[in-house]
Amino acid sequence: MPEVWIPPKLQQLTGNKQQVQVEGSTVRQLVNNLEKLHPGIKEFLCDEMEDDLFPGIAVIVDGETSQIGMLQKVQENSEVHFLPAIGGG
Amino acid sequence: MLEYKPNMVLSNEEFNVIGTNPIRHDGADKVTGRAKYGADTKLAGMLYGKILRSPHAHAIIKSIDASAAEAIPGVYAVVTSADWPETSIKLTDLADGAIHNLGFLSMNVLARGKALYKGHAVAAVAAVSPHAAEEAMAKIKVDYEVLKPVLSAEEAMKPDAPILHERLASVSSPALRPGGILEENAESMRTNIANEFEFKLGDVEQGFKDADFIVEKETTTQAVHQGYIEPQAAVAQWQTDGKLTIWSSSQGQFTVRDQTARFLGIRVSDVKAIPMEIGGGFGAKGIVYVEPIAALLSRKSGRAVKVQLTRPEVFEGTGPTSGTKIKVKLGATKDGKLIAAEAELVYEAGAFPGSPVGAGIQCMMGQYDIPNGHLVAIDVVINRPKAAAYRAPGAPASAFCMETAMDELAEKLGMDPLEFRLMNSAKEGVRRVTGPMTPKVGYIETLQAAKDHQHYNTKLEGKHRGRGIASGWWANNSGPSSAVAVVNSDGTVSLTEGSPDIGGSRAAMAMHVAEVLGIPVTDIKPQVGDTDSIGFTSNTGGSSVTFKTGWACYQAAQSVKKQMAERAAKIWEIPEADVEYKDAILQHKSDPELKLTFKQIAGRMIPTGGPIVGSAGVNPPGPGPSIAVHVVDVEVDTDTGKVEILRYTAVQDAGKAIHPAYVEGQIQGGVVQGIGWALNEEYVYNDDGAMLNTSFLDYRMPTALDLPMIDTVIVEIANPMHPYGVRGVGEVPIVPPMAAISNAIYAAIGVRMNDLPMSPDKVLEALWAKEGK
Repeated sequence: MPEVWIPPKLQQLTGNKQQVQVEGSTVRQLVNNLEKLHPGIKEFLCDEMEDDLFPGIAVIVDGETSQIGMLQKVQENSEVHFLPAIGGG
Repeated sequence: MLEYKPNMVLSNEEFNVIGTNPIRHDGADKVTGRAKYGADTKLAGMLYGKILRSPHAHAIIKSIDASAAEAIPGVYAVVTSADWPETSIKLTDLADGAIHNLGFLSMNVLARGKALYKGHAVAAVAAVSPHAAEEAMAKIKVDYEVLKPVLSAEEAMKPDAPILHERLASVSSPALRPGGILEENAESMRTNIANEFEFKLGDVEQGFKDADFIVEKETTTQAVHQGYIEPQAAVAQWQTDGKLTIWSSSQGQFTVRDQTARFLGIRVSDVKAIPMEIGGGFGAKGIVYVEPIAALLSRKSGRAVKVQLTRPEVFEGTGPTSGTKIKVKLGATKDGKLIAAEAELVYEAGAFPGSPVGAGIQCMMGQYDIPNGHLVAIDVVINRPKAAAYRAPGAPASAFCMETAMDELAEKLGMDPLEFRLMNSAKEGVRRVTGPMTPKVGYIETLQAAKDHQHYNTKLEGKHRGRGIASGWWANNSGPSSAVAVVNSDGTVSLTEGSPDIGGSRAAMAMHVAEVLGIPVTDIKPQVGDTDSIGFTSNTGGSSVTFKTGWACYQAAQSVKKQMAERAAKIWEIPEADVEYKDAILQHKSDPELKLTFKQIAGRMIPTGGPIVGSAGVNPPGPGPSIAVHVVDVEVDTDTGKVEILRYTAVQDAGKAIHPAYVEGQIQGGVVQGIGWALNEEYVYNDDGAMLNTSFLDYRMPTALDLPMIDTVIVEIANPMHPYGVRGVGEVPIVPPMAAISNAIYAAIGVRMNDLPMSPDKVLEALWAKEGK
């Protein structure tokens, strides 16, 4: 199952778990299933009206920052991080 | 072709065009003065706009009376923020990969309710001449209720500090990076802390217990400006049909279009943004300042309006980078292995939330393998201009702290500082303190190239001379980008791409196309398209253009190549699969008699099916990080405190240098800006929040006379996510200089400089403190 790394400030919502195994083959599925496991976490990650990650959040899948956010496919052994997006100059 | 060849190591693949140094296509226009910059647009009947700015750093705007100004002959319009709708403070992604809080940005362009820094735009005037506009500005009566300003993060975080935004939400989630705003009826949190977030890895407490050597230190840096030569300038023309055209120099014509449209409440398709040449941006021209004001004045006056900033306005009214205060604690075993790290980064965002502290914290230790870490980042609003992006935003300040701490730790360990970094460098697959794994990048090769360089192996002799080294890590960006390649009947190709050309990208993009098609780069005619003539393209920023727009040009050229083969197949009445394309010659795979050149097919394209146009819209993943290692020799004048740079060598992994001379230029430019940041540059304020050095006479940037030749070494560890191996090069060279110079000063005179700039007075003070004077 893909492994989601929980941002430290949100670990209070996962019972202090730093990583959570979540089913899903896209980031959207992971986020929705994470919400089922740990209710309340989705509102910190996603703008539900837009059905997308908040603009300030980057999702990193297997070391690469995704350019397509919630639509990004993940593998069975993927590692997923939600980090503050980095803006360049 | 340029004759000069930069130093390169580990170049692993040869190409026909990629890796050569052709003369830039826009070079003649630029050296002869024909190139048109932001201020060069002149339209019939055009008016001149001037911006009235707050004389106070913190004040409530009680009322604005422009009646006397409007009565002056030749004055056509006066505007304030009341002339446009209030923009939502919800975070918005304008699809350019950057993050914007357009509500805050709109209030930065024209103050609404409160002036939050001296120089904050409050109103604007359009008149028949700049002088008439200035005269009118003096007649605008603004009734201010002056408030106490708060000018540093340290002061702003105190419980009784003046509050900039009553509804600011102090958030602690990565979801709300540029700050949040409370609901209308929520009770004020009375805070200036816009955001706080952290990263944890392993067991940092145990890591420090296991450490044999520990270094703790604190550094401070002041706000510095990007210092571009060309002040912001724009002309806007609002037509009677409701369409708006904007000519301006920016790092993104689509950003100009989208932000202006949002502020004015009109459709993006009603705005046409035409990119002019740009005389430097370095991040600061990635957002709008003058375009919406020119548009507003044009709408109200019915005439075209030009707004062009003066240098003091650039300093006071546009974004510098953040001032910072950073603490770090590092622990290592006696054999030199880093095992624990803690850091707290406090960045001043200026008047509105959104400093680059998120980038600062993620880049700070990106090049190292540290198993246990705890990093905290805090974003604070203060009464200074809103911080804007500046070349590797956030990373130079955090590297200054980290890399000087690394130097101290290497000294405690008795290790060579390069060896110490080699021992602790992150290899592919190593987990960063911030969580994700390290992708393929040439940190070890870059360190090794620095270690092998003649500079590092030449003994530095002389009194008060010292050598320092430092490294830097930067997460390059990607983003959406577009390109269109049109074949002309003479066999040339007109290439339109969406990225404004700041660092020579017309040539680099043309080289991508030339390489694919096997034709001379001089046969490619590159241009930057306006928002009506090319697909969406994100800003020229984040060291992204050669990667993302290179990808777009590569794909557009591949499309042309495929269509060429189709035409040859049609002419020869054979299957397309039997056509081979090599070096601009199309040939039957098994019949050597059947050959056509690129030019021959171009000449026959109309009767064989019509124009040949290749286009691509991309948003490619995998820009990969950048790594730099710098070596510097300095000499300190112990009578005056002046630091002279004797020799400087910058080593950097470019992935693959498309145009090595331009890569070298980017490295040298970044180093020079870093030297200025290290030794001279800072915003100097009085207690009322007024900047005291608003000209280049008093804001001291380095000139050619201050510097030696900056030597460069380009290392090439190909980025596997780009067809030619490109990784961004523009930003990382500004990351190491401050730390490298501080380390060199320590080697020269034995004092640790922890506060930027390391100006003569501070160096003398530190020297006297060491000598007990």
